[in-house]
Amino acid sequence: MTNLWRPGADNVALIARAEMLTHVRHFFAQRKVLEVETPLLCQGAPTDPHLASIQVDTNGETRFLQTSPEFAMKRLLAADSGDIFQICKSFRGGESSPKHNPEFTMLEWYRTGFDLPELIAELITLLEQILGEQVVFETSYQALFEQHLRVNPHQVSAELLADLGSKAAGRKLAAMARADWLDLLMSQVVEPKLPAGIAVITDFPACQAALSQTAINADGDDVAKRFEIYINGVELANGYLELRDSEELAKRFEADRQIRQQQNLATNVGDDYLLAAMQSGLPACAGVAVGLDRLLMAKTGISNIGQLLSFPFGNA
Amino acid sequence: MANYSTNEFRSGLKVMLEGDPCAILDNEFVKPGKGQAFSRVKLRNLTNGRVWERTFKSGESLEGADVMDTDLEYMYNDGEFWHFMDPETFDQYQADANAVGDNYKWLKEQEKVEVTLYNGSPLSVTSPNFVDLEVAETDPGLKGDTAQGGSKPATLTTGAVVRVPLFINIGEVLRIDTRTGEYVSRAKG
Repeated sequence: MTNLWRPGADNVALIARAEMLTHVRHFFAQRKVLEVETPLLCQGAPTDPHLASIQVDTNGETRFLQTSPEFAMKRLLAADSGDIFQICKSFRGGESSPKHNPEFTMLEWYRTGFDLPELIAELITLLEQILGEQVVFETSYQALFEQHLRVNPHQVSAELLADLGSKAAGRKLAAMARADWLDLLMSQVVEPKLPAGIAVITDFPACQAALSQTAINADGDDVAKRFEIYINGVELANGYLELRDSEELAKRFEADRQIRQQQNLATNVGDDYLLAAMQSGLPACAGVAVGLDRLLMAKTGISNIGQLLSFPFGNA
Repeated sequence: MANYSTNEFRSGLKVMLEGDPCAILDNEFVKPGKGQAFSRVKLRNLTNGRVWERTFKSGESLEGADVMDTDLEYMYNDGEFWHFMDPETFDQYQADANAVGDNYKWLKEQEKVEVTLYNGSPLSVTSPNFVDLEVAETDPGLKGDTAQGGSKPATLTTGAVVRVPLFINIGEVLRIDTRTGEYVSRAKG
């Protein structure tokens, strides 16, 4: 008990964090990307069934702690802010592990007129400035599944997906959504085989599009224009060519709410302000979110996030 | 028994899995940023000691296993079962060869060992790391050979055979490491 008042991070880690934040701000200042702040206590929340927004009572009114600054930043973009970035706390209920803290620091930025390759290149430049030169391995979600599981993730049948998933789990699992089986195989089979250095994974399954655009790939399959970056096998960043169609957004919100209803999850989620902003017009843009605590893990070689936080959740 | 959800899985928790009582060794939380969360769990199957790796979807639950570690006194072997007694309640338990395993070699009458009970019956026996046992049979000791080299087999009163230095004689009490089955020293006192 007596030592619980002490920080999780030592002074070396505190300094490494401060240097990283300075570096990020300098990087975007040079590129004329504007730093913004948006509310942490929001009226809307993402509908994604796998994001548990933390609800707080603000004097009788329920607000959500943001899981990321995405909605508010898109409202700024729709109001012609131009290129923007933000460093902020984000909150996700129930996520606690040596790689997760329910409250964590996120860097998110949006580039108007960028396509995904341009955004990926900019992100890798930033990462290499902070981490030093890296081996970069770029591949598609499909190529990884074909290499390690011998299936095309966009075409594989639901039955085979469940068989492969249960085999990877070591036990028969109850039925899950297609996206969830894919997550299981990605985390159990593919991730452990990712090479050291930076791995860029592109063209996600359409069922995991979230708020990204979808497109048809060379095989005629629907894919999400979304990418993820892993560093030394640990998920670090998630980027989208941003969806701009407000009707499609409304459909995705509604589909998520139905899944939430079936799973007895909160359904008072979604964001009418974001819908209205998209109706008004979101400029063509690409955006990415980077977990800065995870980046610091890669920078310092420390594998427990709690040693990089002033006070981790356990003694916050 | 109560049910335990994945977020209650802790090292040491005893649960039922595939019909067998298991002890959780490790629970790793796995979650893609936007994806479904899972628990990658390592468990020891308490009936056979095997380590299993199984993955659970977050929120799944397992029934607790009625498993309890107790210190019991070893009484005797009747040829088929090993009999133990709780020194406080005087409750008696009989354990079969499956439960006792190789530990029969280290069981000394009137001494306490840890017995794991499952639904009230012995499931496994854990010997202390070190036991002191008397030599029942060995070749005569060689005088003067106290320093180096050479060993010989010795049969202990429990029937266990261990390699001992040449100078050890019948009737001496030896300290044995039960994890390796090796002679450590002459017992003190």
